[in-house]
Amino acid sequence: MNKKQKIQDSDPFQKKGPGLSTCNVQILPDMHMPGPACGPEVTRPLAANEKPGYALCPYVDHFIDTGAGPVPVVRRELDRWDRLSTIAVRCGIRRHRYTVSPGLYGIGSPDPDSEVLVTANFKLTFDHLRSSLGRVSAWILVLDTRGVNVWCAAGKKTFSTRELVNRIQESFLEKVVAHKRVIVPQLGATGVSAREVRELSGFRVVYGPVRACDIPAFLTSGRKADKSMRQVTFSLFERFVLTPVELHGALKMAGAAALVLFVLSGIGPGIFSFHGAWERGLISLSALVTGLVSGAVLTPVLLPYIPSKKFAVKGILLGSLCTLLLLPFLLKGAGSMTGAAALIIFIVMVSSHLAMNFTGATPFTSPSGVEKEMKQYLPVQLAGVLVSAGLWIYSAF
Amino acid sequence: MEDFRYLADVATLVLDEQKCIGCGLCTQVCPHAVFEMHENKAVIIDFNACMECGACVSNCPVDAVSVCPGVG
Repeated sequence: MNKKQKIQDSDPFQKKGPGLSTCNVQILPDMHMPGPACGPEVTRPLAANEKPGYALCPYVDHFIDTGAGPVPVVRRELDRWDRLSTIAVRCGIRRHRYTVSPGLYGIGSPDPDSEVLVTANFKLTFDHLRSSLGRVSAWILVLDTRGVNVWCAAGKKTFSTRELVNRIQESFLEKVVAHKRVIVPQLGATGVSAREVRELSGFRVVYGPVRACDIPAFLTSGRKADKSMRQVTFSLFERFVLTPVELHGALKMAGAAALVLFVLSGIGPGIFSFHGAWERGLISLSALVTGLVSGAVLTPVLLPYIPSKKFAVKGILLGSLCTLLLLPFLLKGAGSMTGAAALIIFIVMVSSHLAMNFTGATPFTSPSGVEKEMKQYLPVQLAGVLVSAGLWIYSAF
Repeated sequence: MEDFRYLADVATLVLDEQKCIGCGLCTQVCPHAVFEMHENKAVIIDFNACMECGACVSNCPVDAVSVCPGVG
C-alpha cells in the first residue's frame, strides 16, 4: 500500500479521492437507472473500487493502475444528467457548487508517455474538456479552483503556481508519467508562472491552446499552437449562453426593485392607494422587465452591432430603441406625458446599468476601462432613476 | 476580435524593452495578440487590445512587463 492510500484510509472524510464523492447521493449511477426493485442482481463492474461512505461518480468509466495507485479514467461522452446540469448551471442554478474532486484522472488509455492536461475543478470546465478531446489519451490534472473556471480562477489566483505545484506533488505525478511536462491551458497563464513551477516541481509548463477543442490539433502538431488557437473569441453563441446567468444575477436586484416600484406606484392624491399600487405598479414592473431584457439579454447578444465602445452607452442606445418600439403602450399605460417620460427614463437607465454590468463577463474589457466607465456612468444612472421616480410620483397627481 | 474594442488608451500595460531577453513567452500567453517578436525583442503591436489579464506579467522571466489595474 502506498502513502496516498494510507492517507485516504486513515481519514476518509478529510481526503476525498478524485472520482469519488461523499455528499451528493443523487449522483449514484444506479439511482437514475430504471429497473425493478427486486429484479435480477445488478452487476457492478466497479465493485472493487467502492468504498463505504463514498459514491462512484457516473463519469468514471474504470480505474487504471499506475505507479501512484489506481487513477479513475473518465468517459468522453456526456450523459443526459451531465447535459441537464450544464443547462441548469448556465442558468445560474447551483453554479457555485458544481465541482469535481481535484486530483489526477485519465482519459482514453493513458500511459507513462501521455501528456498531462491541467484544468479547473468546475464541472462545466471538466465536462467540456473531457468531451472535446476526440481520440486523445491523456492524464487530466484537476486543480482545486473552488468550482471556478480556469480563466476566472487564474485571475483570482486559485488556479495558481502554488496549487499546480501542490497538486503535482500530491498526486505523485512523477510516478505516473515518464516525462516532466504539463500542459496548462493558455488562459491559466494569468495565475501561473511557468518558471516558478519548474523551479518548485521540476515540471515544465507548456501553454496549450485557449480552447479545449484545439487540443487534439495542438498535440498532433508537436505541441505548437497557431495564432488562432492563442486568441479568445466572443461569438454570437458565446455571448448568448452568458445571458441566462446575467438575467439570474439581475433578478435578485429586480425583486427588491419591484417592491419599491409597487410602493411608489401607490402614492397619489389619496396619500396611498392599493388600487393605484397594483395598476400603476404593474405598468412600472413591465418597464423594469423591458430594461432587464434590453440590458442583460439584447445588449450582450447584439454587442458588436451597437455603436459606442462604452457598455453603458450601448445600454442607453438599446434601451432607447426598446422604448421607441413600445412607445404607444407606454403612453397608454402611463396615462400622461410625465408618466411616460418617467417610464422611458427608467427603462433606459436600467438597460444602461445592466449593460455596464456585462463588462464583467466579456473576454476583452480591461479593469482600468471598466473603472473609468463606472465613474462616469454610475452617477448618471443613479440620477436618472431618481428623476424617473420623482416624475412617476408627480404623474399620479 | 477586431469587432470587440474597449476604451482606448486606458490600459496600464508597460513593457521595458531594455529588460526583455526575447524568450517570447508573452506572445504565447497573451489572449489578444498584443505582443509580437521583432529582432528577438518583444514589442507591443496592439496596445488597445490589452485587457490587463496579467498573463504576460506572471510569466515574464525578467519582470519586463507590468500592468497595475485598479479595482475594476
